[in-house]
Amino acid sequence: MTSTETLSPLRRTALHATHHAHKARMVDFGGWDMPVQYRGLIDEHMAVRTGVGVFDVSHMGDIQLRGPSSLAAVQKLLMNDASKLAVGQAHYSAMLYPNGTFVDDVVLHKLGDNDYLIVINAGTREKDVAWVRSVIGGMTGVHVNDFSDYYTQLAIQGPKAEATLQKLTGVDLRPIKNYWFTWGTVCGCHNVLIARTGYTGEDGFEIYIPSDEPTSARVWGEVLAAGEEFGIMPCGLGARNTLRLEAAMALYGHEISDTINVLETHLTRYCKLDKGTDFVGREALLKIQADGGPARKLVALEMVERGIGRDGYPVTTVGGEKIGEVTSGSPSPFLKKNIALAYVPLAYTDVGTEVGVEVRGQVVKAVVVTMPFYRRPKIGAAPITAPLS
Amino acid sequence: MSYPEKYKYAKSHEWLAVEGETGTVGITDYAQDSLGDIVFVELPKVGQEIEAGSTFGSVESVKAVSDLYSPATGTVTEINESLNDAPETINTAANETWLIKLTLSNPDDANALLSAAEYEKFVAEETGH
Repeated sequence: MTSTETLSPLRRTALHATHHAHKARMVDFGGWDMPVQYRGLIDEHMAVRTGVGVFDVSHMGDIQLRGPSSLAAVQKLLMNDASKLAVGQAHYSAMLYPNGTFVDDVVLHKLGDNDYLIVINAGTREKDVAWVRSVIGGMTGVHVNDFSDYYTQLAIQGPKAEATLQKLTGVDLRPIKNYWFTWGTVCGCHNVLIARTGYTGEDGFEIYIPSDEPTSARVWGEVLAAGEEFGIMPCGLGARNTLRLEAAMALYGHEISDTINVLETHLTRYCKLDKGTDFVGREALLKIQADGGPARKLVALEMVERGIGRDGYPVTTVGGEKIGEVTSGSPSPFLKKNIALAYVPLAYTDVGTEVGVEVRGQVVKAVVVTMPFYRRPKIGAAPITAPLS
Repeated sequence: MSYPEKYKYAKSHEWLAVEGETGTVGITDYAQDSLGDIVFVELPKVGQEIEAGSTFGSVESVKAVSDLYSPATGTVTEINESLNDAPETINTAANETWLIKLTLSNPDDANALLSAAEYEKFVAEETGH
């Protein structure tokens, strides 16, 4: 090799060596060397839908806002209404640019009065931290800290996630509701944040443990051992992507970005234009609304003919005229269908509308379906079994 | 990873078995492993003429699409239709799962391909192991 090109080294989580020991296939994800799969994407995906899987999501960032003005800061920074959160509660939200497009989507946790934790995406971490500081600017009474490197974040997901994690903590997990959290001792680590959150469309928890390598590797190992009786699998970003796509959860750079505004997305219920305080992006969104609303919307598509619509493929009329683009598309391992999310003009958004997806030069028929593709069964209901192929 | 010595190999990760004027084409064990779970295979029509080095179809895993390149020039005489329903067979047995059969225009095309040992070395160099 005589290349003179210098690449910045990929960042590693504390579990990097552990992933290699598991023979994971690694990829560059937003500048991080992360596992895309261990034994196989489909098996990992199915483990989460039917049993339990564990993901290293330590590449996610964590920004803490504290001080008497922290609620005011969060309200200005994020589109959801943080005044509605109780201590111990979290919700989905987003940071917007003044034009109503996305800086990033986040999960906001109310740790205490005047104390908030914002969990952000890996690929946008530096941009996000800089954005938070610039929006808060000279506001007094709020202290911003980037704690991203202090946590190893593990996502334990699936119908058997509670039973798995329960073996590792004295905290009774049953009363923790979806998008609520508590603190407790997990695997001997004290004051671990235990949140009933995730990015798979399945029940599950995310835990935030100290990021030193021995502790991270030990806890990872204990989670795998605890889940063994339920067939736990270590899961990579490949399964994480297909799981979140079935649940129609947004991915930055795909369904949301700095060229897509909130009103075009399926996330408007998390955007509280009337929350009583102004926030960055609100004025632009009100104007778009006053001018008749967005011209395009995100829809869920199911391929009707043979072919897989993938990220970036053109969406067309049945006749082949281009009308939009697939933001995320993949075979769905659980539903055993080929599914996609795409932005299309309003005239094509009704469920049942037939469209085309241009798959490498050929228009393949698809149909608009109800979003999300997959919704997990309610607790106590009969479990959904995968359709037979 | 195994590469039978009876096959010849293309750098685009297909194998070719030659028997008289008939060529049988599949993808290598390395190719199936790199792709991951294969969910879709697109093959040419019987009767189609394909040239060495040109694409004759595609194979798709959950996360990626990969073009198939013909290791030899010839006319397609048969396609493996069972792959429509069970594309995952390629993952479990890449060396035994053929994609297409060809009448070779020039059976000597195979001489330009790699032997099993050469292919194994090529893969090792390509992946840096």
